[in-house]
Amino acid sequence: MSILVDDSTRLLVQGITGSEGSFHTQRCIEYGTKVVAGVTPGKGGSKHLGVPVFNTIEKAMAETGANASLMFVPPAFAADGILEAIDAGMPLIVCITEGIPVLDMVKVHRYLKGKSTRLIGPNCPGVMSPGKCKAGIMVGEIHVPGNVGVVSRSGTLTYEVVSQLTSLGIGQSTCVGIGGDALPGSTFVDILKLFQADEDTKAVVLIGEIGGTMEQEAAEFISHNMTKPVVAFVAGSTAPPGKRMGHAGAIITGSAGKASEKIKALSRAGVAIAPTPAEIGFTTNKVLERV
Amino acid sequence: MVAVLKTVFVRLGERGFESHPLRFKEQGGKLKIHEYQAKALFAQYGIPVPRSKVASTPAGAGDIAVEIGDKVVIKAQVYAGGRGKAGGIKIVNNPKEAERAASQLIGARLVTHQTGAEGVPVSKVLVEEASNVARELYLSILVDGTSHLPVMMASEVGGMDIEEVAQSTPEKIFRSYIDPAIGFQPFQGRKLAYGMNFDGAQIGEATRLMTNLYKLFVDKDCSLAEINPLVVTADGRLLALDAKLNFDDNALYRHKDIQELQDKEQEEPLEIQARDWGIYNYVKMDGNIGCMVNGAGLAMAVNDLIQHCGGRAANFLDIGTLNNTERVVNSFRMFVADPRTKAVLVNIFGGMARVDVIARGIVEAYQQMDTLFPVVIRLAGTNLEEGQRILADSGISFIRANDFYDGARKVVEAAKGAMK
Repeated sequence: MSILVDDSTRLLVQGITGSEGSFHTQRCIEYGTKVVAGVTPGKGGSKHLGVPVFNTIEKAMAETGANASLMFVPPAFAADGILEAIDAGMPLIVCITEGIPVLDMVKVHRYLKGKSTRLIGPNCPGVMSPGKCKAGIMVGEIHVPGNVGVVSRSGTLTYEVVSQLTSLGIGQSTCVGIGGDALPGSTFVDILKLFQADEDTKAVVLIGEIGGTMEQEAAEFISHNMTKPVVAFVAGSTAPPGKRMGHAGAIITGSAGKASEKIKALSRAGVAIAPTPAEIGFTTNKVLERV
Repeated sequence: MVAVLKTVFVRLGERGFESHPLRFKEQGGKLKIHEYQAKALFAQYGIPVPRSKVASTPAGAGDIAVEIGDKVVIKAQVYAGGRGKAGGIKIVNNPKEAERAASQLIGARLVTHQTGAEGVPVSKVLVEEASNVARELYLSILVDGTSHLPVMMASEVGGMDIEEVAQSTPEKIFRSYIDPAIGFQPFQGRKLAYGMNFDGAQIGEATRLMTNLYKLFVDKDCSLAEINPLVVTADGRLLALDAKLNFDDNALYRHKDIQELQDKEQEEPLEIQARDWGIYNYVKMDGNIGCMVNGAGLAMAVNDLIQHCGGRAANFLDIGTLNNTERVVNSFRMFVADPRTKAVLVNIFGGMARVDVIARGIVEAYQQMDTLFPVVIRLAGTNLEEGQRILADSGISFIRANDFYDGARKVVEAAKGAMK
């Protein structure tokens, strides 16, 4: 098993005909992901990369049975694209787009309330269940199937972690990039719940960073609800306060946003903390030996 | 609506964060504007502000004081907070004193607890009528990261840091979560206004002010709108004595008017330079190792690792995922422009960004400028072989790192070597 995506995933790509959309759709197909539809308004009826393109998500879902959407829509139109997918009843939306206005995401979250859609991202690398499905922009080759779940606010730091795991012979059940935005569709807690319930996941690696309180909320969840071991690293120990470190969500605006506070909360919850980002794989290995 | 708000409270209560004073933080903001600009926007939106005008010369400040009245307040216009304690706000009794106070501020650098020791330059002062203050209150709006809703916060305790109020007297902070589908409602205004101990006609007046502030917040895509203090004058009027507006960077594309308000003088020169060269994710740090990384999380982790290895990064630099060589070349221009640079670490894990493009950019940079410092390069990910081939074929001299840790260790060594 795995979480969110697997070999039953039938992927639809929103913005399939754009340059990033094309490049990464091709990579997903090469990985073995079943890409069944693309949506670009105005290009319905054509084919792109051998995939049928539709004008609307509703039609694409009706004709292809797509059950997950991967989004490459530019930021000014991305919230509208997410709303369209929610309205069509899409079970899973993975939004790669970076730079969506915060108040647009406020509307998206309001519209999500009471609906069954799960949103991953925006501003994320996507979701990957090695050997089964790649719904994102991550490097496919560095992943191998296995029993460690990975959840992260970062993209490239996740590749770093996954390659450390793989080189130590530790495979992954699913890797989830929840994204670097301030209002992510899914939080650490949302994904930890899924990993806790997934029988093939034996341990979880959590990659946090400065800003917000998502790591503290995760710590609270872990101490009360998780029986599986969790390994964590929090990036940004050296980040100055008040400066936005690339990600919209990575800004220290109060003591809770500091890496040290997050690390404190996570260790109190029994999480194994990797002392440096280069030792996340090593720390995971030690934890797995104890299981 | 009521039901929705209720669930929000219950959910927060379960998580135990409703009482967490530090949970309420600005989301996504970066662009700041001056107080006088924020007050102009307030006036446009019907939020009462004291009479004031901005001056960029001492004589100009004197003239405004003549116009406004004898007793005025001279306020240094800087982005940093903590002006009052730092001597950036002066109360004067006549135009002559106004001119003198302005001459002390204009052209000087103001050092507050929020600035570094070098302070920030003052090039303008706001000359404002002195208000007879009976009460100081607090009002703000930001987007709450847990409920995903704008939240308006009000307190009868104003004029001090709201984080301190949240810690010492959390029961004096009142909040209304705003449903974006229907906007700010009068009942929410009443709840907050009674919480601030208003009564009589002030309840309606405060509610109107809050409604207008929410309209401004949404219209202009603010990340923070804060009035601290909001005052009640001796004759019972409400006035925004201070005004702070920050804006969501991601939404600036639809607000040309706000973009134009930005005062580059108030920002770090290297960060302005980076932006002019198309590098948006650059933050100056206090070390001497230049860093070029793809991805914000990885870039932060690289800086952490450098410190762990005994060095200090000169900057945070995420080149992002745009696949062109220009941004790589410009990153090197930044390292050359920064006199502190002793060594450079390039750490790229290609995903959306392609390693071959980065490698081509590095070679171009070497061709265009004399790199006077050792460069450590670690490459991994998409199109790695092609990238390595480009670097090898170019014949440029650099220190190759095998992995992340190796790169940090080698660049720290190189920087120490360069300092000898």
